[in-house]
Amino acid sequence: MLVRTVVTVLLVLMVFPLFVLVTDSFLGSREILERFGPVLAGTEGQAEFVLFPQYPTLRAYVQLLLDSPEFFTAFWNSVFQTGMILAGQLIVAVPGAWAFARYRFPGRRAMWFLYMLLMILPFQVTMVSGYFVLSAVHLMDTHWAVILPGIFSTLPVFILKKTFSAIPREILEAAEVDGAGELRIFLLIGIPLGRSGIFSIMILGFLEYWNAIEQPMTFLRTESLMPLSLYLPDISTSDAAVSFAASIVMLLPALLLFFFGQEYLEQGIAASGIKE
Amino acid sequence: MRQRKISHRRWILIWRNRNKKQWKGLLFLIPSLLGTGGFVFLPFLDVIRRSFFRASGTGFVGLANYEAVLGNEAFCMAVKNTARFLCICLPLLLGLSLLTAVLAGQVLRVSGLLKSGFLIPMAVPAASAVVFFRLMFDKNGWVNGALQAFGMEGQDWLNSENAFAVLIACYVWKNLGYDMVLWMAGLSSIPKEQYEAARVQGAGELQCFLYITLPQLKETAFVTALLSFVNGFRVFREAYLIAGDYPHESIYMLQHLFNNWFTNLDIQKMTAAAVMLVIVTGGVLLGNDICTEHFRRREEGTEESGKRREAGRKAKRKRAEITKG
Repeated sequence: MLVRTVVTVLLVLMVFPLFVLVTDSFLGSREILERFGPVLAGTEGQAEFVLFPQYPTLRAYVQLLLDSPEFFTAFWNSVFQTGMILAGQLIVAVPGAWAFARYRFPGRRAMWFLYMLLMILPFQVTMVSGYFVLSAVHLMDTHWAVILPGIFSTLPVFILKKTFSAIPREILEAAEVDGAGELRIFLLIGIPLGRSGIFSIMILGFLEYWNAIEQPMTFLRTESLMPLSLYLPDISTSDAAVSFAASIVMLLPALLLFFFGQEYLEQGIAASGIKE
Repeated sequence: MRQRKISHRRWILIWRNRNKKQWKGLLFLIPSLLGTGGFVFLPFLDVIRRSFFRASGTGFVGLANYEAVLGNEAFCMAVKNTARFLCICLPLLLGLSLLTAVLAGQVLRVSGLLKSGFLIPMAVPAASAVVFFRLMFDKNGWVNGALQAFGMEGQDWLNSENAFAVLIACYVWKNLGYDMVLWMAGLSSIPKEQYEAARVQGAGELQCFLYITLPQLKETAFVTALLSFVNGFRVFREAYLIAGDYPHESIYMLQHLFNNWFTNLDIQKMTAAAVMLVIVTGGVLLGNDICTEHFRRREEGTEESGKRREAGRKAKRKRAEITKG
């Protein structure tokens, strides 16, 4: 009983911020200014705590979606950058992880070490070398400056390798005996059996790049290329209601994906935690 | 003798084929290798070179850049803060998430709902989460409001030493679910029979945890710690969105410093600091690698010798049976 109470309290604490954000996004402009003004708009007084709005309204959303073209640009920038990175990772990271999981080629250990190192280093360290290359090939301040380094992130390789290693050897050996080539084995056995891992790196990747701040901040200068995550803090604080609504619109795709892909996400995370 | 030779040759043939197959595996890695090589490894050689030169890229200056970085006050502060943050939040998160995983494992019926509840913070983008944290901890925010209602003095949480604690809370909130799922996976791979056997012999909950659970979670602990470490650097996002380029001193991290160097185009300092960071992180990782390898060898060794002993005992028993018979 005690255990159950503790766990429930923790659960409420975890979900609380999200709950507040969602319910409060239906606040009207005036109500938001009245209640959150002291924090968001710098008016006098103290912010009030509201669990449910008194006069719920969708006004802020309408205003955001219809009257702010910059929001649309930022939204599509985010979609484009995230989408391209994920597509690239599918092509690059999936076979890469397969190579590490299944083959013992020369230099494998050293390369794996470098990949792990690359995964651990904070972006700010690798940013220096990225900056040299991107400016050498004149890609700074374009979408590709964010996309290309993102594609070659080594974190998905690390997570997927575990999933691929968990595929029983016997299945692969049986396929080999039946005369399947290496590529066929990868495409027809590896990918279907590693499905949960692949979905999971896609979801994790989406959450990561939808939320990207460091990369666009350093590699982009032009306003019209900025993704949502950097546009949001810039929304003028004079309209707190709109900025509030914008933060919810940003949250929605991530939440939807989370709910639909949750099972795979869990399986994928779990797979990286099990012994090889 | 002749037969033996043939089989010997056949083994070489198989070995060669095997090698060919392993080389083919490298083909799968090539796209990834080209990218990481082109974007990180090769340009990093240039970073190393530049760290010994003047800003223009000409004129060798030896270790001057390194001295400049190490003598930089902001650098020392950022290193101290980053180290302090990681040293506090990693053990805290790992312990807390392991505890939650063990507790949640006992509340079996609702564990699906539990997992999603704990994982949800992962899906909240920093830009949205920050709105909540500001409402909560701003000078005029809810926490202070509540404190004043009880007649206590509020304070400016985000612009004082307390910003550090807020950042840690944010990190734990965001990563607790992820780590919990990792631990749960590790826990579920431990055979139930071991617990039953131990309980039959009178072991308590704590003993079970200490002598059965913990030793078998080593591998999981390594992965969880590694991923938590990686995620530790990502709190920079929340810190940046809450407090901007120059936050309160207590949360001025290496990431802030690098960013500010970058905006000021202070390339020499960046290159020298990057090289040092890579050496330190690489050293730690390598040390860890060697240690785990050593432990694995030793464990395998004891297992093997155990098997040998077992086999010896069996043989003895058999001999005894034969002599008896």
